[in-house]
Amino acid sequence: MVIFLAKRFAFMLLTMLAVSILVFLLLQVDVASIATKVLGPYSTEEQRRLWLEANGYMEPAVTRYFDWLGSMLVGDFGESIRFRVPVSEVLWPRLGNTAILGGLVFLIMVPLSLILGVLAGMREGSGLDRAITIGAVITTSVPEFASAVLLAFIFVFWLGWLPGTSGMTEGFDLSQMVLPVMVLVLYGFGYITRMMRASMAEVMQSAYIRTANLKGLPYRRVILKHALRNALIAPFTVIILQINWLLSGVIVVEFFFSYKGFGQLLYEASTNKDIDLILGCSMVAVFVAVGTQTIADIGYTYLNPRIRFT
Amino acid sequence: MTDPAADAVSRRPNRLLGVLKGIALIRESTVGMIGMGLVGFWVVMAILAPVLAPYDQLAQFASATYAKPLTAAPDGGTFWLGADPLGRDILSRILYGAQRVMIYAPLATLCAYAVGIAMGLAAGYKRGWIDDVLSRISDIILSFPILVLYVVIIFRFGASGVNIVLAVTFASGPGIMRIVRGLVLDLRNRDYVAAAQTRGESAWYIMFVEILPNARGPLIVDACLRLGYTIITIGVLGFLGLGLPPPHADWGGMINEARGMALYAPHMTLFPCIAICSLVLGFNLLADGLREISLKD
Repeated sequence: MVIFLAKRFAFMLLTMLAVSILVFLLLQVDVASIATKVLGPYSTEEQRRLWLEANGYMEPAVTRYFDWLGSMLVGDFGESIRFRVPVSEVLWPRLGNTAILGGLVFLIMVPLSLILGVLAGMREGSGLDRAITIGAVITTSVPEFASAVLLAFIFVFWLGWLPGTSGMTEGFDLSQMVLPVMVLVLYGFGYITRMMRASMAEVMQSAYIRTANLKGLPYRRVILKHALRNALIAPFTVIILQINWLLSGVIVVEFFFSYKGFGQLLYEASTNKDIDLILGCSMVAVFVAVGTQTIADIGYTYLNPRIRFT
Repeated sequence: MTDPAADAVSRRPNRLLGVLKGIALIRESTVGMIGMGLVGFWVVMAILAPVLAPYDQLAQFASATYAKPLTAAPDGGTFWLGADPLGRDILSRILYGAQRVMIYAPLATLCAYAVGIAMGLAAGYKRGWIDDVLSRISDIILSFPILVLYVVIIFRFGASGVNIVLAVTFASGPGIMRIVRGLVLDLRNRDYVAAAQTRGESAWYIMFVEILPNARGPLIVDACLRLGYTIITIGVLGFLGLGLPPPHADWGGMINEARGMALYAPHMTLFPCIAICSLVLGFNLLADGLREISLKD
């Protein structure tokens, strides 16, 4: 088990390293434009050159990569051009805000989709099953920005129940969280529901469920004691991997509702050519993604005795 | 024994018939039929956009900004779905937008498939170090949250049609590769592959003529889902202002342009939303229908 864990972590670190090279290479933009961005359009050629030299942009790419990697490891992400503060000063609070949003989404989405999935997969082909399956297809076909527009139309414009933006200018306000969470849950729950349904339907056809039925156990007991525990293994991975998806989803939702989170930060960074901030944001995003993938792998191995310790 | 060459020739029309029969099979699934209807509707709209659109997509009427649906246009016509903040007819823009999405989404998906299939075949059939290298590369690309990757790529290379196609290829090629690789690993041990190897066929022939056609079922279903997803991606990029450049109509972009005024003139965002949802739903239902049918036999 220790060897297995060590292998997984080594692999995770290697992936992170490769990703950091990829991100660094992808973002090797025309440095002159950064200088223009910082110093303004009326700066002279000479000023820009001096600024670039002073900030190390004239060094060869390999040197800059290792410098950057080294300072990242000690938590120094560089300076944000947009906010004129160190990147870490804006990145961590924003990530915290996104964690709140993501936490609420998971708190609602996971139980909801598991229950719907079990109900659908319990009796494959029943009316309830078809209704849930079709409902899940429809909600996954509505992109986040479309459902954001539609829900904002209904709840903000028409009914007037909820605020249309989530800027949190006067402290934390739960009512401003409702719409962002709703949009993300609506788009995301369909996938988990379908996975849960498929897993449940498969378990229901297995021999031990037939045995349990034949020996006259009450249906409730068959579902709760025998089917559910085995059916939950496969969706576990899917649920963890949804964190990766959520990091994409928050960009759209935070942009739409102007929620001050990680997604909006990345968006602002990209529209303002804020290189250090983009590098920092994308590395954190990938770190979270790779980390959750590793957790999903380990968890899956642990839950499923048939593939343990390979 | 019949002459194999003659046999192959006589078999050709049957093959075409087989494809047509395959398409006709979709009738067995109600869900699939609805999906095909929705997709077909938008294909027709895209093709007929120049005929059906009452106005040019760029024609502006300064006196008709934010016009409500079904109001009269300054030139005597009707804004069936209203006009946008620049006084452009929304119906016309949706129709031309359909044309745009129907060009870029299939093109991007096709490119992603070309790359993904080539990688998957090489990895699954050749195995060894090729497999290791390609699998690691795809692991790395797939470990990105997808939209983060798009934002980074578009930031680096700029927003244009070609770059969106390249970004989709780059981001979803590895996913397709994984699927193809899995299918190939299963198919490469079949008897007909062994027979072809014994005949001395080249690896290219075996990969593209023996293995690939037999892996088509799951790939077609996946392609439908992926098309829907690519449409969402193009929409999201347009919505974030990172997509196909204005002023030509783009559904995501239309929603973005009208976003600030959405609460006062909801029709400007509502209709493009309905358009994009119905098209994506069409592809998803079609994929569901195809899967249902493929599970039957």
